Amino acid sequence: MGNASSMLTQYDIEEVQEYCDHLFFILVSQQEIVSLYERFCQLDRNAKGFISADEFLSVPEFAMNPLSQWLLKMVDGLNFKDFVAFLSAFSAKASAQHKIELIFKVYDSDCNGKVSFNDIMKVLRDLSGPFMSDDQREQVLIQVLKEAGYTKESYLTVDDFFKVFGNSNIKMEVEVPVD
Amino acid sequence: MSWTCIAPTLKITTRPDPPSTSLTASSACNSSSLHFRRSRFGLGAFRDLLDISPTLTEAAGAIVDDSFTRCFKSIPPEFWNWNIYLFPLWCFGVLVRHLILFPARVLILTIGWIIFLSSFIPVHLLLKGHDTLRRKLERLLVELICCFFVASWSGVVNYHGPRPSIRPKQVYVANHTSMIDFIVLQQMTAFAVIMQKHPGWVGFLQSTILESVGCIWFNRTEAKDREIVARKLRDHVQGADNNPLLIFPEGTCVNNHYTVMFKKGAFELGCMVCPIAIKYNKIFADAFWNSRKQSFTMHLLQLTTSWAVVCDVICFCIDNLIYGLSTWVRDMISIRAGLKKVPWDGYLKYSCPSPKHRERKQRSFAEWVLRRLEEK
Repeated sequence: MGNASSMLTQYDIEEVQEYCDHLFFILVSQQEIVSLYERFCQLDRNAKGFISADEFLSVPEFAMNPLSQWLLKMVDGLNFKDFVAFLSAFSAKASAQHKIELIFKVYDSDCNGKVSFNDIMKVLRDLSGPFMSDDQREQVLIQVLKEAGYTKESYLTVDDFFKVFGNSNIKMEVEVPVD
Repeated sequence: MSWTCIAPTLKITTRPDPPSTSLTASSACNSSSLHFRRSRFGLGAFRDLLDISPTLTEAAGAIVDDSFTRCFKSIPPEFWNWNIYLFPLWCFGVLVRHLILFPARVLILTIGWIIFLSSFIPVHLLLKGHDTLRRKLERLLVELICCFFVASWSGVVNYHGPRPSIRPKQVYVANHTSMIDFIVLQQMTAFAVIMQKHPGWVGFLQSTILESVGCIWFNRTEAKDREIVARKLRDHVQGADNNPLLIFPEGTCVNNHYTVMFKKGAFELGCMVCPIAIKYNKIFADAFWNSRKQSFTMHLLQLTTSWAVVCDVICFCIDNLIYGLSTWVRDMISIRAGLKKVPWDGYLKYSCPSPKHRERKQRSFAEWVLRRLEEK
């Protein structure tokens, strides 16, 4: 596809679709890819082929979100294919497993495949802001970990996350507006 | 101001209520079932804490579509002409616009400028002593050059409502789509407008010609600027002889499909507010000036090579001072011009949203967690 030109060909759309399918399920329809491409070009103001962090932050609704910095780590500098692959986790057809993997990746900020006590604390800090002290956060987390059968020194893998979330339905869906 | 997106097409889920399986229920049973219950509820609590899916969904929803960016998007007209008969006609239209209309319009504009400059410069320099006469003549000349501008776009402006008059203690507010709003309105009456000081030839025109009609400048980037400008506005409104004041309370150009929040400054001057709604007809030309994508020169060129600029200007007056006037006026203008309202401040184009919105979400999360802790 090269740099972000203004036209997507049918080959490009199919290539993106194949790139994003997860376990042989087509997660993003062709019209959604075209809409997402328009959105990508709109956010990528100088047609560099990727969206920089401050271009994401120019969307006030995104900038206000407590987890914006965490998502930025995952989305900053992505080209269009990876951008759609990232958003495919929010498709209605994405499996719970796919969504849990994304949540795991948000927590696992150092990408070592393990989520530690400190990793969860960092996310909690952004979620609760100045309204909870560090002590309170630690207290809650230690307690909750104990209830779940873990300790402060435990490292959680993706499988632990699958166990914790179990068979519950994760509602994490974003509909792409198709003109 | 609510921060939820107003797009009807987005499915955004709100935070689900924490499940009622509380941690206190584990205390009242025997040991084996206690162990089972504790681990089940334990996992439940841990899951609730780890589950950031609602927040992630909101963030992803904002990435995919948000109501703020939609206000500043130039919505292109739908393609209607891609078949064998209409396409040559369209090509012919392009040729007519660029090779016949454009030179004719440039000629009209040049003639207009020549007449204007040859009258304005003498009036400005020679009538230094006779201020009232000079001001009156300069007003007429500015109106004249604006008429030439509008003619150069084959502008058709339909005015509705009472014509603005020169009276003290009144201020006109209008929605903002482009700098040509000012030219279109100036053609009707000479206004004193409050504008951002621009660089280049526009800035030069601002400091020479527009000063004569009493325009006031502001600078978005300067912090103290607001108070200085507020004082200047108040002084201007009090003067009996000054041109009627025109303010664009949105503070930035919006694409004529939406209105952003109105700044309160215009409504706190203690005088009558006269709203003006401007709606451009997109069939003939898209008058939205996307200042991030185009310079003003390119924007003017684009208009000069379109068929026409057709718009409706609707003036109406409000007598009483109503509480929450800025919201009410914005509602009235949005209804009259057929625009949708959006709960964002236009200045978010240049700066980040204030942390208080994020803090609201953080507070509700923290309260929920602490309540769970207390229950235990």
